[in-house]
Amino acid sequence: MKRKTLMINLAVPLMAVLFSLAVGALFILITGKNPFFVYSILFSGIFGNLYGIGQLFFYATPLIFTGLAVAFAFKAGLFNIGCEGQLYMGSLLCAWTGCVFSGLPGLLLIPVCLAAAAAGGAAWGFIPGMLKAKTGAHEVITTIMLNFIALAFTNYIVTSHFFVPGTVRTPQIAAAARLPAIAGILPGFKGSSLNFSFFIALAAALAVWYILYLSRFGYELRAMGYNPAAGEYAGVDSSKMMIVTLAVSGGISGLVGSNYVMGYKYYFEQGFSGGVGFMGIAVALLGKNHPFGIIAASLLFGGLSFGSLLVNSVVPKEILDILQAVVILSVVVGNTVFSRILLRNSATGDDKPDTQRADAIIGEQVSREGLRRK
Amino acid sequence: MTDFVLNILLQTVRISVPYILAAVGGVFSESSGVINIGLEGIMLNGAFCSVVGTYYLGNPWLGLIAGVTGGIITSVIHAVSCIRYKVNHIVSGVAINIFAVGITKFFLILVFGSSSNSARIIPLKLITFPVIGGISPVIVITVFIVVLAHVILFKTPFGLRLRACGENPAAADSLGINVWLMRYSGVAISGALAGLAGAWLAMQQSQFTSNMSSGRGFIALAAMIFGKWTPLGATGAALIFGLAESIQIHVQTMGVNIPSQFIQSIPYLLTIIVLSGLIGRSEPPAAVGKPYPEELSL
Amino acid sequence: MAFLAVELRNITKTFPGVIANNNINLGVKDGEIHAIVGENGAGKSTLMNILYGLEHQDKGNIVIRGKKVRMENPHVAISHGIGMVHQHFMLVRRFTVAENIVLGREPRRGPFTDIRKGLEKIREISDRYGFGIPAGEITGNLPVGMLQRAEIVKVLYRGAKILILDEPTAVLTPQEVKELFLILRNLKEQGHTVIFITHKLKEVMEIADRVTVMRKGAVAGVRQTGETDESELSRMMIGRTVYLETGRKKAEKKETLLELRGVSLEDEKGVKALDNVSLELSSGEILGIAGVEGNGQNDLLEAVWGLKKTSSGKIYLMGRDITRLEPARARREGMSYIPADRQRHGLVLEYSVAFNMALGRQADRSFSHGIWKMNFTGMREKSRQMISEYNIVPGNPGAPAYSLSGGNQQKIVVAREIDRNPSVLLAAHPTRGVDIGVVEIIYKKLLEERAKGKGIILVSSELSEILALSDRILVMFSGRITGETSPDKTCEEELGMMMTGSISMQERQ
Repeated sequence: MKRKTLMINLAVPLMAVLFSLAVGALFILITGKNPFFVYSILFSGIFGNLYGIGQLFFYATPLIFTGLAVAFAFKAGLFNIGCEGQLYMGSLLCAWTGCVFSGLPGLLLIPVCLAAAAAGGAAWGFIPGMLKAKTGAHEVITTIMLNFIALAFTNYIVTSHFFVPGTVRTPQIAAAARLPAIAGILPGFKGSSLNFSFFIALAAALAVWYILYLSRFGYELRAMGYNPAAGEYAGVDSSKMMIVTLAVSGGISGLVGSNYVMGYKYYFEQGFSGGVGFMGIAVALLGKNHPFGIIAASLLFGGLSFGSLLVNSVVPKEILDILQAVVILSVVVGNTVFSRILLRNSATGDDKPDTQRADAIIGEQVSREGLRRK
Repeated sequence: MTDFVLNILLQTVRISVPYILAAVGGVFSESSGVINIGLEGIMLNGAFCSVVGTYYLGNPWLGLIAGVTGGIITSVIHAVSCIRYKVNHIVSGVAINIFAVGITKFFLILVFGSSSNSARIIPLKLITFPVIGGISPVIVITVFIVVLAHVILFKTPFGLRLRACGENPAAADSLGINVWLMRYSGVAISGALAGLAGAWLAMQQSQFTSNMSSGRGFIALAAMIFGKWTPLGATGAALIFGLAESIQIHVQTMGVNIPSQFIQSIPYLLTIIVLSGLIGRSEPPAAVGKPYPEELSL
Repeated sequence: MAFLAVELRNITKTFPGVIANNNINLGVKDGEIHAIVGENGAGKSTLMNILYGLEHQDKGNIVIRGKKVRMENPHVAISHGIGMVHQHFMLVRRFTVAENIVLGREPRRGPFTDIRKGLEKIREISDRYGFGIPAGEITGNLPVGMLQRAEIVKVLYRGAKILILDEPTAVLTPQEVKELFLILRNLKEQGHTVIFITHKLKEVMEIADRVTVMRKGAVAGVRQTGETDESELSRMMIGRTVYLETGRKKAEKKETLLELRGVSLEDEKGVKALDNVSLELSSGEILGIAGVEGNGQNDLLEAVWGLKKTSSGKIYLMGRDITRLEPARARREGMSYIPADRQRHGLVLEYSVAFNMALGRQADRSFSHGIWKMNFTGMREKSRQMISEYNIVPGNPGAPAYSLSGGNQQKIVVAREIDRNPSVLLAAHPTRGVDIGVVEIIYKKLLEERAKGKGIILVSSELSEILALSDRILVMFSGRITGETSPDKTCEEELGMMMTGSISMQERQ
C-alpha cells in the first residue's frame, strides 16, 4: 500500500511534467518554431554551466519558501493562499529593519532582519488564523482579501513614506544586513544572483520536515488536519493550533524577503514578487506537501521561470507561464485519475478493505470525511 | 452640483459593471456548489477574445459574443477539473488565473506583435438617454441580466435545482436531478458573465492591455460574498465598491488627498468583516467546494 | 392473478472484496407493510438502493407489478411509483419544507415555479394521511421527527405507491415512532405498499405484515409476523442464540471517584442539554446511563471530559474540582474516554495503528520526549503489546487505521483508553457497530477494569448491555436524571418506559 502510494507520488508529477512539455511543444509549433530546438536552448541554458544552475537555484529559492508555507498550513487542514500578502509584509518590514538599524554589526543585523521578515509575514498570517479561530471566517477568502490589503498597504508606504524619490522602492539596506552572494565565494557562479538565502530555504525545508514528521507538535498538527474532531478529543487546542499554524506559515512566506531584499536587490520594491505567493500553491501541490518534494517542485518551477527568459528571444516567454498552469492542472487531475485506478486495484488485490469500509465506499460519502460516519 | 453628482454616479456604474457581471456569475457558480476564484482569469480571457473578435470580425457586437464565448470556454476547463476530476476548486481556480495571464500574453504577441497591448478596436455605439446622455448598451444589458439572474435563481425550477446542488447535492441527486449538469451550467453561466465583464473592460479602453483585469475578479468575489451570494446583494455590493472608487477619483481631482490605497482596500476589508460576522454574517452555500459524489482521495 | 408489487429475482451485487447481496429473492405484496431485518452489513440497504436505482445489480432482475424494469436511476424508480426515505435525510436545510418537497418536480406557471400550487398539493397530502407538516417553515429549524415526515410527503408528492423506509425509527423518540406508525397504517389503508428496513424486532412485530430476514448478504427466511416471534427472528438474523454471560460478582462500594453536583449545559441554540445533573461514581462500579439517544447522555460525558463547557454546577474527580477542564488536562487527571463515534472523535483514520494508539496521550513518555520529539520506538512497542492483548487484526502497527474493520478500529480505541490505566473510564457506546466476538472481548475488558477498582460510566443505547454490565443504572430524559435503579430490580420494558418519561421514579415507588 505504502509503495503504491509512493509510486503515485512520483509517477503523477513526472507524467504531468511530460504532458505539460508536450502541450508546450504544441504552443511552440503554433509560433512556427521547432519545439526540440526551443527545449534544447532551455536545457542547455540551465544545465550547461554554473551560471544557469545558479539562476535555477536563485529562482527556486522564493518558491521553496512559499511552497513550504502553503504545505505547512495544508497539513493542519488550512488553505493559506495569502502567501503573496505575507511575503510583501515580511519583505517590507525586512527592508525597513535593514535600513533603520544600520548601526548594528552584520552578525547581529542579519538575524534581526531575518526575524523581521518572518515577523512581518507571521503577523499577516496571524490575522486569518485569529479570524478563523474566533469567528470561523474561512481562511481562503480572508487570505485572498488580505493579499490585496497588503498590496495596498505596502504600495502606500513605498509611495508616500519610505521610498527613493521617483521610484516605488525603499532605500537600500545597510551593507551589514546583506546576505553574501554565492558568486562572491565560488567564482564559477559569476553573474548569477544566487545568494545565501537559498541555504536558508533548504534549512527551512529541513526544519519543516522535522517539525511535521518527527515532533509531537507535528503529530498534533497533522492529527488536527486529518480530523479536527479527533484532534480536539485528543487535547489539541484547535484554536491555538490554527493561529500558530497560519502565523508560522506566514512567517515562512515572509522569509522570501531574505532572497530579494537581503540577497539580491537590497531593497523592497512594489511588485517584486512576480506572483511567487500564488506559485507556492502549485509548488506545494506538485511536491505533495512534503518538504523534500517541495524542493524538487521549486526547482522545476524555478527552472520554468528562469527558462522563460532563456527562450524569450525565440518564442514568447509566456509559453512557460502557460506550462506552469498546465503542470498544476495535470498534476491534480492525474492524482484523481490515479487514485481511482489504485482504489480499484487495491480492492481486488491484497489489501482487502473490510465490509464497513466497503460500505463507506459504496455509500454516499467516500472522501476523507467520507470515511467517517455522518 | 447636479452635474458633479451625476458624473460620480455614472462613473460608479461604469466602474461597477464588471464587478456586477462577474459577481453575479460567481453567484451562479457557487450556488451550484463550485467555488470560482478563477473569475479573474476568465475575465481576462473574455477581454482578449472580445478584442480579437472585434478586430477580425469588424463588429463590436460580434466581439462581445466572442468575449462571452471565451469566458465560457475558460470556465468549462475549470468545471471539468472541479466536477469531472474533483480537483480542489481553489487550486483549479489559481491555475486558471495563471493560465489566463500566460495565454492572453502569448496570443497578444502572436496576433498583435506586442506584449503590452493590442491594436485599437471599434467601440460599441452608445445609446443616448435623456438627462444622462449616451451610455454603453452593455450597461443596459447588465441591468437586464441582474434582474433575470434574480428571477432565474429564485423563481424558476432551474434556480431551485441549481441551489439544491450547492446546498445538498445528495438530496438533489436522490430526486433525479443531474447534479453534474447543474454544476456545469452554473459554472458556464459564471464564465459567460465574467467573459462579458472582460469584454466590457476591453470595450471601455477600445483595446486589450496585458493583465487588464488587474484584480477585478477578486473584487467581484468580494462583492459576491458581501452580497450574501445573491444577485441583487452582489450588485448592491459591487455598486458600493464602485462608488467608493468613484468618489476617491473625484475627490482627488478636487485636491483632497485620501490615500487611494485606502479606498482600494475597502472592498476587501468589508468582506473580511462580513465573513467574520462582525456585521450581518454572510454564509456560503452548504456544499460549496465539495465534489459530488465525494470520493476517496489518497 | 394479482401481481406482486415488487419482486426481486436472484439479485447479486458485489463490491470490491465483499458480496453485499448474494442471489436474493424478495417478494412484496401489494398493500402490505413488509419489513426487512438484518444486522448491520447484512445487505439490506444495498438491496434497497438497487431497487431504487441508486446502485445497480451485477445479476438478477427487478420486477414491478409483473413488469421487468431496468432501474437505471432514481428517476426510473420514481416513474414506477417507488419512493425512498433515506436514513440520512436528503433535505436542503436552507429551503422551506415546500421547496424541498417539490424539488425536481416543481409545479409551473409558464417558466416559473408555482409554489402556491405546490403548497396546496402538500396540504392535501398532509391532511389525508395526518402528517401535519408546516410547509412554509425553513427546514433546518424543524425537529427530526418532522423532517422525516417531510421526507415521506416528498415521496408521496411524487405519486409513490411503494415506499421504502431505511431505518426510519433510528432517529426518533418513542413518541415520534408511535406517530410514524400511525401514519404508516394510514398509508397502508389507502392502498400503499411499505417496505420497512430495520434491525429492531419489536417494531417489526408491531407494524409489519410480513418480514424478510437477511443475514450476510443472503435471505435467511420470510415469515408472517403473526406466525413468528422475536426469538425466532433473532435466531434467523444472527445465526445462533447469543447469550452474553458476564458472570460478574457484586463489587463492594468504596470511595467516591467522580461526583457531579447540579451540572447544567446549554447547546448552541441555548436549549438545556443537561439540566441540573448530579451523580456519584464509586470505585469498582459500573454506572449505566440509560436513555433514548439525544437525551443528554453524550453531553454528560463530553462535559466531564471537557469537550463541552458547562454553564453551572461542579464536577469533582477524587475530591478535586475539575469543572471546565480541558480534555488534555482531563487525561492527566486520570480519566479516559471512549467516545461515541470512534471515527469522528476516537481515531485519525489516515494515521497508522501505532499513531492512533498514541492519540490523546501523545505527551506520555512512551510516545514522545517533549514537544519536539516523538518516541517512535516506544510507540511501536506499546502498540504491539496492545495489538496482541486485544487481538487486533491486522497485527501490523504501521497499517493505516482506515484499512481496519470497524470492530478492530473500536478495539484500538478501547485498548488505548484502558491501557492508560485511568481511575475513571467514560465509555460511550463501547460496542456500537462491532461484531459479537468483539463485543465479548470489550465486555471482558470493562469488567476486568471494574474488578481492579476503577469507576466506569457506561452510556449505551443497548439496554441489554446496560443491564448486563451495570451495578447501578441512571435513566436520563431530556437532559435530566429521571430515575435510578439496578439490573436486579428492573427489566428492559420498565427501563424503556422510564426512558421515554412515561413513568418516573416517584410513580414507580
